[in-house]
Amino acid sequence: MRSLLRAPQSLWVTLTVAALAGVMSLVSEPFASADNIFNISRNFAFIGLIALGQTAVIATGGIDLSVGSVMGLAGIVTGLVLGSGQPLIVAAAAGLGCALLCGLVNGSLVAYFRLSPFVVTLGMLSIARSLALVISNNRMIHDFGPDEDLLLALGGGRFLGVANPVWLLAVAALCAAAWFRYSRLARHVLAVGGNEDSTRLAGVPVARVKLTVYVLSSLLAGVSAILMIGWLGAVTNALGQNYELRIIASAVIGGANLMGGEGGAFGAVAGAALIELIRNSLLLLGVDPYWQGAFIGGSIIVAMLVERMRRAGR
Amino acid sequence: MLELRSVGMRFGAVGALQGVDLELAPGEVVGLMGDNGAGKSTLLKIVAGNFAPTSGELRWDGQPVELTPLSAREHGIEAVYQDLALCDNLSATANVFLGRELHRRLFGILPVLDHAAMRKRSAELFGELGSDARPDDLVRRMSGGQRQATALARARLSAPRLMLLDEPTAAISVRQIAEVLELIRRLRDQGVSVLLISHRMSDVFAVADRVVVLRRGRKVADKAVAESSPEEVTALITGALEAA
Repeated sequence: MRSLLRAPQSLWVTLTVAALAGVMSLVSEPFASADNIFNISRNFAFIGLIALGQTAVIATGGIDLSVGSVMGLAGIVTGLVLGSGQPLIVAAAAGLGCALLCGLVNGSLVAYFRLSPFVVTLGMLSIARSLALVISNNRMIHDFGPDEDLLLALGGGRFLGVANPVWLLAVAALCAAAWFRYSRLARHVLAVGGNEDSTRLAGVPVARVKLTVYVLSSLLAGVSAILMIGWLGAVTNALGQNYELRIIASAVIGGANLMGGEGGAFGAVAGAALIELIRNSLLLLGVDPYWQGAFIGGSIIVAMLVERMRRAGR
Repeated sequence: MLELRSVGMRFGAVGALQGVDLELAPGEVVGLMGDNGAGKSTLLKIVAGNFAPTSGELRWDGQPVELTPLSAREHGIEAVYQDLALCDNLSATANVFLGRELHRRLFGILPVLDHAAMRKRSAELFGELGSDARPDDLVRRMSGGQRQATALARARLSAPRLMLLDEPTAAISVRQIAEVLELIRRLRDQGVSVLLISHRMSDVFAVADRVVVLRRGRKVADKAVAESSPEEVTALITGALEAA
């Protein structure tokens, strides 16, 4: 029991995912269908990708509430540039450029002006969403110009039966896991979250570490947004609205510690998988979708309680 | 080797240090004493490069220097702080190498952390310190002595020329105090200078060559330990004796 309590949270969450999937495949026939599995995996890929960046932010002891709005802004900009006849590479660069700017603003204010991450990114949540409204003029964009087919194939297509975003998530998660274990920057990310003053005394450029994680978080939100509009085939300024809760929940359920100093790549992915699985299960079991928020919110709180019990146990 | 000339430090309206002169020779152990708020920690942080003094000058090997935490380290100045400045969530090894991680090149190009080399080196350092701390243990789970050893191992990593120790014996057992004092003597024998902040008179008189007393930001004494006594130093700290 003690060794179980000491197992990393990502393992706990993975076991929960497996157990829930096992029960669901028994009680619901459509659950285990290829189509449903495909849908679940694709849906959580968009969230999981951003949760990787969010995990790095949370590991520094910060938080990025603006990810959903940055998705909206990056998606709208990419869609508009595509619609103006530019190739996908240019449009994607424009969308990611906007995300990069948002990340630089967030990161600079947190790292160099020492503002609270909560307040800064809450402000950006409002600003980026508002900018998306302004430049889209509240229109839905579904004409993606000459590269439309490429965009739709990229975000909506599949390779070897697995949705493209899932492939990207798998590659990104492996890279992130290696990054957490083998990079000096990731070591410093955890150190900043553990004891910021000590880390500064040790000569680590703390501000630069913080700036980097916010930029990373925004960029991943941008990448996810571009894939998502390729899947949806259209983009409105509401893209990514209220996603921040699911993204933060994924990271936290996966073991990222909101006090900083802990977090890992596989946890973020497992957390995203668990949330999507809960959503999907509720739908299949015929639970009113209005209940989803209650279940997702409740699962965050339960995850925190489990974490607290694990701490007490070691 | 290290020379402070009329160093002063103000935090807003508060003068933490005023006109402090101090010299340290290679292999010299200087005990820095004073009551709470006398300016000991401020002085240490100036030498460690954490604070830039608001007046006066620092010289290192005769040259004026402006120290930052990084440049102080490059000059061979290492500090061990009172709170030990450790990251509880990381392993002992990660703390020893924080900011100075060792790398190896994957496929000849990609720099990755060299966990094996860092673990081996920190195990050696713990061995030299006679500590039972284990390289992979999380600092969160360590005893006071093991934490002290981790902080000392970190400071020894770069074979420093000057070690700044802030209350190294405050939070450890009697047996471990003897070990830390022995370590200070070993450092001195290797030509390392030590600036030792301590409340414990017995520590200073056991290992220091000289004792410097601060009172309200001013240096009120700077003399060989052999020519002083615990009674005199106590009087200097409290102000019963004006200066010596």
